[in-house]
Amino acid sequence: MSGADSITPSRDASAPMIESAPVMSASWPAHVFHELQTARVVQVAYVPDAGHGELIDLCHADTAMRAVSLTTEEEGVAMLAGAWLGGQRGALLLQSSGVGNCINMLALNQECRIPLLALVTMRGEWGEFNPWQVPMGRSTGAALETAGVLAYRADAADDVAPTVRAAAALAFHSSRAVAVLIGQRVIGTKSFEK
Amino acid sequence: MTASLDRRAATARMLRDRGDALVVTGLGNPTYDVAAAGDTALNFYLWAAMGGAAMAGLGLALAQPHRRVLVVTGDGEMLMGLGSLATIGAEQPSNLGIVVLDNEHYGETGMQPAHTGRGVDLAGIAAATGFKLAVTVRTEAEVQSLAAQLFTVCRAALRRRQGLHIAEPDLAPRATAPTSAAAFAKHCSAPTPTAGEKARRGSSARPSDASPNSDCRLAKPALELRLLRHVPSSHHS
Repeated sequence: MSGADSITPSRDASAPMIESAPVMSASWPAHVFHELQTARVVQVAYVPDAGHGELIDLCHADTAMRAVSLTTEEEGVAMLAGAWLGGQRGALLLQSSGVGNCINMLALNQECRIPLLALVTMRGEWGEFNPWQVPMGRSTGAALETAGVLAYRADAADDVAPTVRAAAALAFHSSRAVAVLIGQRVIGTKSFEK
Repeated sequence: MTASLDRRAATARMLRDRGDALVVTGLGNPTYDVAAAGDTALNFYLWAAMGGAAMAGLGLALAQPHRRVLVVTGDGEMLMGLGSLATIGAEQPSNLGIVVLDNEHYGETGMQPAHTGRGVDLAGIAAATGFKLAVTVRTEAEVQSLAAQLFTVCRAALRRRQGLHIAEPDLAPRATAPTSAAAFAKHCSAPTPTAGEKARRGSSARPSDASPNSDCRLAKPALELRLLRHVPSSHHS
């Protein structure tokens, strides 16, 4: 198209590229990974999750990080509290359905003012195919807030990394539990066919 | 139950030669027993977060790979976190041990029976998840023999190893630790140290150099501040 040509001055590799769409949209997990590195997160605890799949792979591939697969999400809350006691920062990667599993364990963070950075991929909202995901998805934010966790949403791909950066700063500098809820619209809708 | 151990005495014996090992306790009597054995800022006492003791131990062990980390908890608490045995078994930390004070009952809530008294074998579960050493001890002699292993194995750091050591203490009524509990409350009510105080504490060489209760007035979380001495200050800005 002539229009596209007109905004692309050259195909020379040294020439600056002008993108028609933000690069970040396609790779928000890579940007989140960069934020975790920048925040000096070392221990990453997760329950396997498609939405966090790419980020989990990146964390496993980084020799400076220790990614630990859990049997249930509250294990991660306790593990990362131990990590903090030992001088390391951590992040918990979970799905909204796992938030409910964490509630009692969060007393640890609240009572001892131990920080928590939780990145929650949302289910039960945008285009959800599984009705059983809806109840926990609907109450995820409120449940976290009630349990003393500050919850922030990111509903556009470009917002995820900056929100994670802000959440990490808040968590680790103010010793508080902070969650980023990554909207299902960002992650993409799961279908029965997959 | 074929024999009985005095829970307090067994715990104290186990910890006698702990050196600078870090100890995480599970809620209820294990917290009180460990405190009674000698309160120190190297102990982190859970008063709730049931089911989380072993995993808090794992996170601490991964963060402090050159220190021995010991979790001391009860059978009810361990049963609530059974999945964590699988996670720890899969991770194979080289410096983590778990001691379960198994009285086959829920002491904190009125001595209701626990599954461990109904045929569930925690040592067997631990072995099945990949713990290299998983045993049940029932006599003082066995406790002594295990206590020797508990802290020497890791200090040598020669090989990957971890142990689940399960004592079977007696069924005496639960004992609270009012003195220790008061001390904990004091920790929790102390003012938050300033950045300067944190920095001064951070410059100390080793916690074991300080007398056990020298930091009685540490703000919560008391243990964290102690442990920070062992990491570059950049970890906590």
